[in-house]
Amino acid sequence: MKLPYNKPLAAIAMIAMSSTGFAAGELNLFNWGNYTNPELITKFEQAHDVKVTITDYDSNDSALAKVKAGGHGFDLVVPSANYMQIWINEGLLLESRPDQMENFKHVHEDFANPDWDPGRRYSVPWQWGSVGIIVDTSVYSGDINTAAIYLDPPEELKGKINVAPEMNDVISSAIMYLGGEACTTDKELLKKVRDKLVDAKPNWLSMDYGIIEKFAGRDLAASLYWNGAAFRAREKNPDVRYGYPKEGYALWMDSVAVLKDAQNVENAKLFQNFIMSPENAALISAFARYANGIKGSEEFMPDDMKDAPEIIIPQEFVAAGKFLQTCSPEATQLYTAIWTELQK
Amino acid sequence: MTTEQYQLSATEVKVQQQQAKRNWLLCTPALIILGVAASGPLLVMFYYSFLTPGNYGGVEFEFSSQGWFKVFFNKDIFTDSVGIADAHLSIFWRSIRLSTMTTLVCLIIGFPTAYFIATRPQKDRNFWLFMVTIPFWTNLLIRTFAIMEVIRNKGIINNVLTSIDIIDAPIQMLYTDAAILVGMTYVYLPLMILPLYASMEKLDFNLIEAGYDLYATRFRVLKQVIIPLVKPGVVAGSILVFIPSLGAFVTPRVLGGGKRMMLGNLIELQFGQGRNWPLGAALSITLLFIVMVALLFYVKNAQKSGLKYD
Repeated sequence: MKLPYNKPLAAIAMIAMSSTGFAAGELNLFNWGNYTNPELITKFEQAHDVKVTITDYDSNDSALAKVKAGGHGFDLVVPSANYMQIWINEGLLLESRPDQMENFKHVHEDFANPDWDPGRRYSVPWQWGSVGIIVDTSVYSGDINTAAIYLDPPEELKGKINVAPEMNDVISSAIMYLGGEACTTDKELLKKVRDKLVDAKPNWLSMDYGIIEKFAGRDLAASLYWNGAAFRAREKNPDVRYGYPKEGYALWMDSVAVLKDAQNVENAKLFQNFIMSPENAALISAFARYANGIKGSEEFMPDDMKDAPEIIIPQEFVAAGKFLQTCSPEATQLYTAIWTELQK
Repeated sequence: MTTEQYQLSATEVKVQQQQAKRNWLLCTPALIILGVAASGPLLVMFYYSFLTPGNYGGVEFEFSSQGWFKVFFNKDIFTDSVGIADAHLSIFWRSIRLSTMTTLVCLIIGFPTAYFIATRPQKDRNFWLFMVTIPFWTNLLIRTFAIMEVIRNKGIINNVLTSIDIIDAPIQMLYTDAAILVGMTYVYLPLMILPLYASMEKLDFNLIEAGYDLYATRFRVLKQVIIPLVKPGVVAGSILVFIPSLGAFVTPRVLGGGKRMMLGNLIELQFGQGRNWPLGAALSITLLFIVMVALLFYVKNAQKSGLKYD
């Protein structure tokens, strides 16, 4: 008997079926690259019989632009705190009410009612961290808890300094060093900020990402950078330490929110609830090496993270940490001008 | 030079016309793709460059000439005085300078290489061409990171030099303009060699011999026989290298350490963290304009020299 379909067609049909697997549902996560623990995803897939697809992005701006353009097919996105208000105001997020979910009780008090999402009506914590100073202490043994390391560098460090190429992080750090507040539009202060940055730049070697290998190879001796990378750099070079600028340093948190035009709303909500459980949150941190904002997750974390000074901010420096807000368009315009002048 | 005049018969003219028509027809799909894919986005860019920036990226559909104004002029953020946008100008200048240098270095290295390949026996040439194209098998980013591995402080060159005691401390090669130049030359060199080879392959080597027979020195043969004959290849290669260098984004970022912007990075900033799409669009069109001017210059130059030696 001749079959009613040909072989290639059958093959295509089988591939199509296997790509959705036999899972009951689907979930499309739009997240930063190299940021999602595959173990966490497997666990969720097995627990809820859902097939998860992850797509990467590299910056808040590119994620925002892509989702705004529509037709993306994503269910969940992970914006940073200083972008969350833009996402909410632009009407891109679904009010999924994580505050009424079962696992919400595990969210740490500090993150249960943040400015960027009052009452946590849209988003749940994913990871958080700080913008601090990484120093190779075999090159410089002085005080590293100051932004002077890169703005007024000691002789030993000159020419061996990297600065993260992130406009908002760098300018807010310099503003706080000179006694202002992030997102300020005070021109007198900003003028000093510009002069300080322009004067300091000849002492820098680079403004680049991917610094872990360079600390391991001792190409770099200091950097303004993020704490998780500092942790990973210390694993490869035991002389590396992470400092919290006492003049003030930026904190950030990325949170998971459901998109308004999500196709798999129920699964997306399940995922939000899932990652608020301490055991699962610990999986997130074990991969990218940042803290997560879920109480009780510490005990499930890898041993080397439990007392890491990069992850647990020492008590004396807690007060100097400030969460970055969304800066006004005027502020952004001023900062872009400074940033362009800095790199001309 | 006189050529015999030949009158075409009516049928021949007709056949030729039909052929021309068919050729145009066959070209249509390519022309449509090029037309839509190239001019469509350009028109959008041009339109966007006259709009008002949206508060958080994107554009407001409201006319504004600020985008273009800011390409060339700079209202000082502190004193409100208007001046030339020296930051933009110096970034443009750096891009043009580095691209020109890349083109020259590619030409200096590529010319003898192409000549070497063209003078091999027919059966060996494919092997050498094949060797030239090998780098294309690997992604640009990976090749760039490979260079970084070679020239960094703990990289191959510095390790070898220190281990045989030529130097005590590593030489800082990474994150310099020289590193960008090396990287761009490496990346774009095949684009110079291939067109050069194409024109050298057609070179009539009897002419070179004739030159020697007439007691020309080697240098004179090169200058007055070879170079004029392969000029189209030189022009094509230079264009192919210069244009992508001007918009290069990855190589300067990775090897230059991102401390000094190139045009590509400046444009990216406006669409990303700077949230000023109209300015980004205006800068992109300015880049396009520079490329066009460079092209016209080359073409004109090529025509002039072509006439001289005909």
